Amino acid sequence: MVPTAYYLILAAMLFSIGIGAFLIKRNVITIFISIELMLNAVNLTFVAFAHMWHQVNGQIFVFFVMVVAAAEAAVGLAIIISIFRTRRTLNVDEINLMKS
Amino acid sequence: MQLALFIIFGALALGGALNLLFQRHPINSALSLVVVMMSLAVLYWSLGAEFLAAAQVIVYSGAIMVLFVFVIMLLNAGEEEHTTGSRAAYTVGIPGAAAIFCLLSFVFLSERNALSTSAIGGDLGNGVDNIAAVSAMLFTKQLLPFEVTSILILVAILGAVVLARKEL
Repeated sequence: MVPTAYYLILAAMLFSIGIGAFLIKRNVITIFISIELMLNAVNLTFVAFAHMWHQVNGQIFVFFVMVVAAAEAAVGLAIIISIFRTRRTLNVDEINLMKS
Repeated sequence: MQLALFIIFGALALGGALNLLFQRHPINSALSLVVVMMSLAVLYWSLGAEFLAAAQVIVYSGAIMVLFVFVIMLLNAGEEEHTTGSRAAYTVGIPGAAAIFCLLSFVFLSERNALSTSAIGGDLGNGVDNIAAVSAMLFTKQLLPFEVTSILILVAILGAVVLARKEL
């Protein structure tokens, strides 16, 4: 028997690590990977609450999150390939076309 | 039993996430994310979500991470340079992330009695297994969102093909 709060705290830890990686990392692929980590942390929260309420709705929501994550990964990686082709770099500090 | 599973695979997920944070090469980060996803699949299974555990292994650690590793190898991404980065990220972002974690933990721990405990496996009540319950919900009440996701996937495929074309 594990308290549901432990699962939620694990998910909060993973989410915070994802935020930290998102902010610290300078490689655009690694930033994208940390977004996936945050999505996974939220999925764990959904599954824990679905188990707590004995309902299946939370699991349906996780299914939709997975679908959206797959679509997002395909489009995002295509954008990354396109950026690399024109700028020859993956460093986010040098991808500043919209900044100035 | 469930506490042991939770401690082992929770620690594995946490270690993988920290390794993702501290590795400098993108391929190491991607592979440590695979560790996180596989441990989360075990945790889903222990929470009674067998279908999602299988989908996590197949979709996330199978399809999405293979896509990531392909792109990392295709672009020949090396170690990231050590730049100072944005100062706002360090001064506001990291304490902000720590504050979010502390707030969430405080709320969860102060409400831990209301949140109750979870036994291993699913108990959805009226004696159906997890995948039957998920599919019954998905193909009756949630049929329209389910069909809309197929259009979303189609649009994503077309968008990826258009964006990754040679002449853009």
